[in-house]
Amino acid sequence: MGIFDKLPPMDYLRSEKMTFVQLIIPVESAHRAITYLGELGLLQFKDLNSDKSPFQRTFANQVKRCGEMSRKLHFFRDQISKAGLLSAPRPALQPDVDLEELEVQLGEHESELIEMNANSEKLCQSYNELFEFKLVLLKAGGFLVSAQKQAAPRDRELDENVYTIEDYDDRSSLLEQEMQPQPSNNSGLRFISGIICKSKALKFERMLFRATRGNMFFNQAPAEEHVMDPVTGEMVEKTVFVVYFSGEQAKSKIVKICEAFGANCYPVPEDISKQRQVTREVTTRLSELEATLDAGIRHRNKALSSIGSNLWKWTLLVKKEKAVYDTLNMLNFDVTKKCLVGEGWCPLLSKPQIQEALQRATIDSNSQVGIICHVMNTVESPPTYFKTNRFTHAYQEIVDAYGVARYQEANPAVYTVITFPFLFAVMFGDWGHGICLLLGGLILILRENRLGSQKLGSFMEMAFGGRYVILLMALFSIYCGLIYNEFFSVPFHIFGSSAYKCHEATCR
Amino acid sequence: MYGFEALTFNIHGGYLEAIVRGYRSSLLTAADYNNLCQCESLDDVKMHLSATEYGPYLQNEPSPLHTTTIVEKCTLKLVDEYKHMLCQATEPLSTFLEYITYGHMIDNVVLIVTGTLHERDVQELLEKCHPLGMFDSIATLAVAQNMRELYRLVLVDTPLAPYFSECITSESVAQKVGFVNMRCRDLDDMNIEIMRNTLYKAYLEDFYKFCQKLGGATAEIMSDLLSFEADRRAINITINSIGTELTRDDRRRLYSNFGLLYPYGHEELAVCEDTEQASFGGWGEKWTKMTAFGSLVNHQDCIGDLGQSEVRGVVEKYPPYQSIFAKISYGESQMLDKAFYEEEVKRLCLAFEQQFHYGVFFAYIRLREQEIRNLMWISECVAQNQKSRVHDSVVFIF
Repeated sequence: MGIFDKLPPMDYLRSEKMTFVQLIIPVESAHRAITYLGELGLLQFKDLNSDKSPFQRTFANQVKRCGEMSRKLHFFRDQISKAGLLSAPRPALQPDVDLEELEVQLGEHESELIEMNANSEKLCQSYNELFEFKLVLLKAGGFLVSAQKQAAPRDRELDENVYTIEDYDDRSSLLEQEMQPQPSNNSGLRFISGIICKSKALKFERMLFRATRGNMFFNQAPAEEHVMDPVTGEMVEKTVFVVYFSGEQAKSKIVKICEAFGANCYPVPEDISKQRQVTREVTTRLSELEATLDAGIRHRNKALSSIGSNLWKWTLLVKKEKAVYDTLNMLNFDVTKKCLVGEGWCPLLSKPQIQEALQRATIDSNSQVGIICHVMNTVESPPTYFKTNRFTHAYQEIVDAYGVARYQEANPAVYTVITFPFLFAVMFGDWGHGICLLLGGLILILRENRLGSQKLGSFMEMAFGGRYVILLMALFSIYCGLIYNEFFSVPFHIFGSSAYKCHEATCR
Repeated sequence: MYGFEALTFNIHGGYLEAIVRGYRSSLLTAADYNNLCQCESLDDVKMHLSATEYGPYLQNEPSPLHTTTIVEKCTLKLVDEYKHMLCQATEPLSTFLEYITYGHMIDNVVLIVTGTLHERDVQELLEKCHPLGMFDSIATLAVAQNMRELYRLVLVDTPLAPYFSECITSESVAQKVGFVNMRCRDLDDMNIEIMRNTLYKAYLEDFYKFCQKLGGATAEIMSDLLSFEADRRAINITINSIGTELTRDDRRRLYSNFGLLYPYGHEELAVCEDTEQASFGGWGEKWTKMTAFGSLVNHQDCIGDLGQSEVRGVVEKYPPYQSIFAKISYGESQMLDKAFYEEEVKRLCLAFEQQFHYGVFFAYIRLREQEIRNLMWISECVAQNQKSRVHDSVVFIF
């Protein structure tokens, strides 16, 4: 059996040897110990509290607090993207923040933002109303003027040709009949002017017609500019309308229908000079409001950008803390000895590293008692741990997607390094496209460091993660392409002409 | 004779059936409900729901939570799923899916009309409406002052229009008998309830006819589910109208024309009230019968109880419904609702056992609504610290 010991170690082909360890951690150094162990990433904890529900676990409150904080961070991220600000690059030098401080800070920021949003919403609403009022004045003024012009000559004709009224009635249109009564002030004919979404205008007209049994006249014109809808934040097209009617009942009905359809009514004075005066007033108020709104938006963007520069760090911190507390929940809390007992698996070779991390934790937390870490025997089968470097990492992931090998089982990923790209190349088989793939892979590999630190889109991330796979695929495809004699689907005679003759004499 | 749907169903309905079965597997199980019942506060409820499919919807709610918020967000999830299915559906599945929401439309219409009657604000009422039953001109219902206006102004454009003509034709019959012309009858509480039940009756009959037209497994399964619905409504109308001024004929008119109880059960149910009002002799006879069976009967003389024992007597002749009334002992009418829900849930779950029919969509929407009712009850109990009553009204689906 001696020859088996002299063979080289099978690092990549078999899982690392794992041991089962038990940690006994005093309470004051627990948090720090788990944090350092987490940064190492070499210990897998067993869940000792699996029969308890999420609320019964020791650190359930902390987990809830972390959840609340991550909700606030999510809210900030939404606000920043809505405001259209670019997230600032992650600055490396910033003082570390404690979790409780962070919670307080986040709470403050959130309440500030909510207040600012509420204020700006109110301002926006008044701005929109004034804007709509201006549009209504512009268009409705036009209707009223033309209506009066038509009413005036009608009056004169009325006096002169009284006897031809009946003929006139038969031939005149509904508009003229409605306009027959005198200048609108004295008649029972009144009007309501307002603005409504273009999509609802048709139904609105129909509803008004039905409600008043046809005793109304509806005039509309599209507004030239789009108005921002306060609820969705999008620009909608609106139509200005004027409804002429008579009677008190009709008025109440029309007002209710306007409310039901979300049409905003604005009073338009009939006199032209008054109209002009009101328009001037509205315009000045609009410009004032615009200035206020701009100032408000600037203030909010400043607050958002100050949050944005810290956002990445905070998110990372909250995620780490949540993971630490989730792990702490897996440990058994022994109240009498005031310590936490945890069990887990770790690779045999990394035990010194773990011991060192635990020692650092004891020192940093000024604890009197050291953390005990001793090996235990167990009948459970250990989890598998393959050591990978950046070349084999992608292949290991591909194989793990089909299923992780059992402990000490042969690792298929070692063979996959060659077979996977080769089988790809057999199907790809074009040395022209292979050269393109090779260039792409080389760029990804040579720019490894720079691309690794950036945040890439989902497709680029996949391509970047598989850069070594792409490299090998390219090399093998060039080989296969030469065998198939395909260069961008065009055959070349690099290795001499073909040994076989064509049937067709014309074909070369 | 059907059985060949497997050949052609998947062409148009296969994708959506797979989608709805996926949604169905995400319904909360008994284990989830157990965990939820053990929650101490609404925050715990939210934490637990975040681990289920409701997570993305509840994730962004700030911490002091209200039961209405939870229910609103859960309903929003149902509406999103429904809209996703509706926009992918072709005929006749899209008509089928729309039929499912007409019931909610009727409820919304009645809600707004009642609210306007009691002088509530329209926007407030609109917020309380069920999102599945919204249509465009719904807010205009506030303008209508009597039934004819209601129809002429608003309902004529909606899918509920044909059901309304039933309302109006029944009025013309009433006219012949010398009743007041219902067209001009004002909307008051009693008439609105009658209107709601008449509309619902017409809707159920229409839906039933539509399913029969579709044929095959859909017709069979849906007719079973709709018959149960019709019978349940008949029983509820009977029990609720005992002691009110609803006449026997009016009540008879509110029962649907299909279902297990049609027509003989309806005849008997319509007379159920009469036993109390009618001759003392009749009542005396009932009384002696009861004393003869002494121990079986609870000797309370409230009319509702007697009426219910009447109803029970009628319904017990039909074996499928016998089990419902057997679960509740005499005098407990609150448990009747829960018994009906349990029976309904059992039948809805059975609809999923067969493939290649549209009944799964109907069953899924109903099961989701039951789940939202459960969640509302649990949240209310938790918020008001009455954890002992939690199991009173929760119906487990799995």
